Amino acid sequence: MKVPQKRGVRKGINIMRLKGLIRKESYQIVRDPSSIAIAFVLPMILLFLFGYGVSLDAKYVPIAIVVEHQSNETSDFLAGFRQSRYFVPVIVTDIQTAEQAMIERRVDGIVWLREDFGKKILNTGDAPIGVFVNGVDANRARILEGYVRGVWGKWLERTSIESGRPLHIPVKVKERIWFNAEMRSRNFLVPGLIAVIMTLIGALLTAMVVAREWERGTMEALMVTPVQVREIILGKIIPYFIMGMGGMTLSVIMATWFFNVPLRGSLWVLFAGSSLFLITALSMGLLISVVAKSQFVAGQVAIIVTFLPAFILSGFIFDISSMPAIIQTLTHVIAARYFVSMLQTVFLAGDVWPIIIYDGLALTAMALIFLMIVKKRMKKRL
Amino acid sequence: MVRRIIALMIKEFLALFTDKKSRMVVIVPPVVQLIIFGYAASFNLDHVPYAVYNEDSGRASREFLAKIQGSPNFSLKTVIRSDTEIGPLIDTQKVRVVVHVASKFSENLLHNRPAEVQIIVDGRNSNTAMVVLNYLNSIVTDFNQQWAILHGHSPPPARLYVRSWFNTALDSHWFIIPGIVALLTLVVTMLVTALSVAREREAGTFDQLLVTPMRPLEILIAKALPGFIIGTLEATFIILVVVFWFHVPMRGSVPALYLGLFTFLLSAVGTGLMISSIAVTQQQGLLGAFLFLVPTIILSGFATPIANMPPMVQYLTYINPMRYFLIIVRSVFLEGASFDLLWTQYWPMAIMGIVALATAGWLFRRRMY
Repeated sequence: MKVPQKRGVRKGINIMRLKGLIRKESYQIVRDPSSIAIAFVLPMILLFLFGYGVSLDAKYVPIAIVVEHQSNETSDFLAGFRQSRYFVPVIVTDIQTAEQAMIERRVDGIVWLREDFGKKILNTGDAPIGVFVNGVDANRARILEGYVRGVWGKWLERTSIESGRPLHIPVKVKERIWFNAEMRSRNFLVPGLIAVIMTLIGALLTAMVVAREWERGTMEALMVTPVQVREIILGKIIPYFIMGMGGMTLSVIMATWFFNVPLRGSLWVLFAGSSLFLITALSMGLLISVVAKSQFVAGQVAIIVTFLPAFILSGFIFDISSMPAIIQTLTHVIAARYFVSMLQTVFLAGDVWPIIIYDGLALTAMALIFLMIVKKRMKKRL
Repeated sequence: MVRRIIALMIKEFLALFTDKKSRMVVIVPPVVQLIIFGYAASFNLDHVPYAVYNEDSGRASREFLAKIQGSPNFSLKTVIRSDTEIGPLIDTQKVRVVVHVASKFSENLLHNRPAEVQIIVDGRNSNTAMVVLNYLNSIVTDFNQQWAILHGHSPPPARLYVRSWFNTALDSHWFIIPGIVALLTLVVTMLVTALSVAREREAGTFDQLLVTPMRPLEILIAKALPGFIIGTLEATFIILVVVFWFHVPMRGSVPALYLGLFTFLLSAVGTGLMISSIAVTQQQGLLGAFLFLVPTIILSGFATPIANMPPMVQYLTYINPMRYFLIIVRSVFLEGASFDLLWTQYWPMAIMGIVALATAGWLFRRRMY
């Protein structure tokens, strides 16, 4: 009898109460400057540091070149390495010295021209060039191998022109790299870093907020007022959302102005996508603090479930499509995955709607699920 | 003194392990993350989806394309018939590469004219693009060599014979998985230490601790030991999984690895306790832990090489303990290193650890609220 009436009252949101809650939360933010630091200062420092520090472009790689017998041919071959900005060649005369340098990690690779290098080129051709790379960092080793092949290919063309002997290359490859012609790794790493950093900010801002209120008992005080659960949730999210978007804006400005990442998509898509992601990240933070209920556990959980998954499973640096199928499925629960994909596309490729819509829908679904669980868990204690 | 330390240490363990949630957080995630990250984190590319656009009808082009199809690195998604199909396929990342064989490919090949293949790559992830191009280039080089032999062309003046040391197959799992030892050990020790003092400060029990007969040094040791013990146990577990589950070869000396682990834990526990004693509230402790963890991990050389960083950032990594431990772990696992090659990596971590621990102990008394 009373139930339907009560329900009628409970529907909707009382703007005045919500305003009050937001004001209370805002005072809390202003009085503890650490959350302002988290939202504005932290993304700038981290993006600055990582934007410079994180790079997969190997340049000036120290490499030992063993020249056992100097001749015109060897110095011709060496010229290619000397001119390349990818290498810092160190010339040695025997392989033992070069191997020792590689074991001591002073060089990353060895190119070995044997005693008969010059003679073989002039007579039979097919002179063997030994190339050893340090395979500990396999990715770097593979890039290095590619560079050496490039120097070798150019040298072949050069000598063929100089000697007048035609060089037969049956199949010639013409490479076209879309979206990032100069292959700057920073162009895809900086958008990815923004996603990782915003994941952290979102969780840090809210993860301990509710847990703190439980611990201090202020949540119970809030519960006995007419304020409803959804108003509490909104009151928590709105102020932090505004701050988070401020941090996001700073990050985008830094990415385009400072790191010269092209922004090919439209600004409003970027804005809408970031809002969706931030809401998801904040609700995940709320969820953590509602479930954990103590700040200690909330803090521990926040460290574990936010940073490392966003770093490793989001596709920010490790390619998702090459992971085993089970792990690929698993990455679908990582919100950062969608944001990374969206940011990389909007920054580098433009408004590719199939990708943007897919990622946007996934983020919306995640945010709704998180918020629903938060609401349920909070109600239980009423 | 020893009795007091042990008593306080037992209390620390109880604080960590009596709460079921907290117990779970310290034990379960590292194990789960180890397995997931071990499989996920790699720069290897398998089954890269690609499309073929063949304008040539000759046999040679089919032979050439069969080479790519036969490679485990690529998986053919679709065959297209016009230029206009390329854009949407790459834009939406349905394929990463389009291999475009121009018309007259076979004819040119047979008449010793250069036959052209155009490769269009999605450069959104430039590293993936670079690796894909390297794979394709080596397929092309192989094809060219076979073609030259079959058709009696004279060999090129010189040829490359590439071999890689320590990791013949260039499997990047071997690079990343030993790194996970450092990664998870650091995270676990931070979890255990970073909030331990801050929590007691907030609850007021730390003041009570300070008025007991315990000296700051004793408190420090008792607070540091749980981090050490848990860190050592979890690291050992992770190392065993790396060796026996992921089959990464362990070629070097185990004592050298454990000396590295010990100095690394010293620096990690020290930093964790230092952060914890600077913080007045748990919120600040958590913030500090994040502020330390995130740059430490990202700028450690775990995923992107330190050598690629600009010199300024490279200098900065000298105060990053994980940098040293990563070198130790990878050298011991893959290069078979022993103490003589590694001593330069041990002492920086030891110094950082001692300085951080001393600061933490000093802060115990100075910072009272």
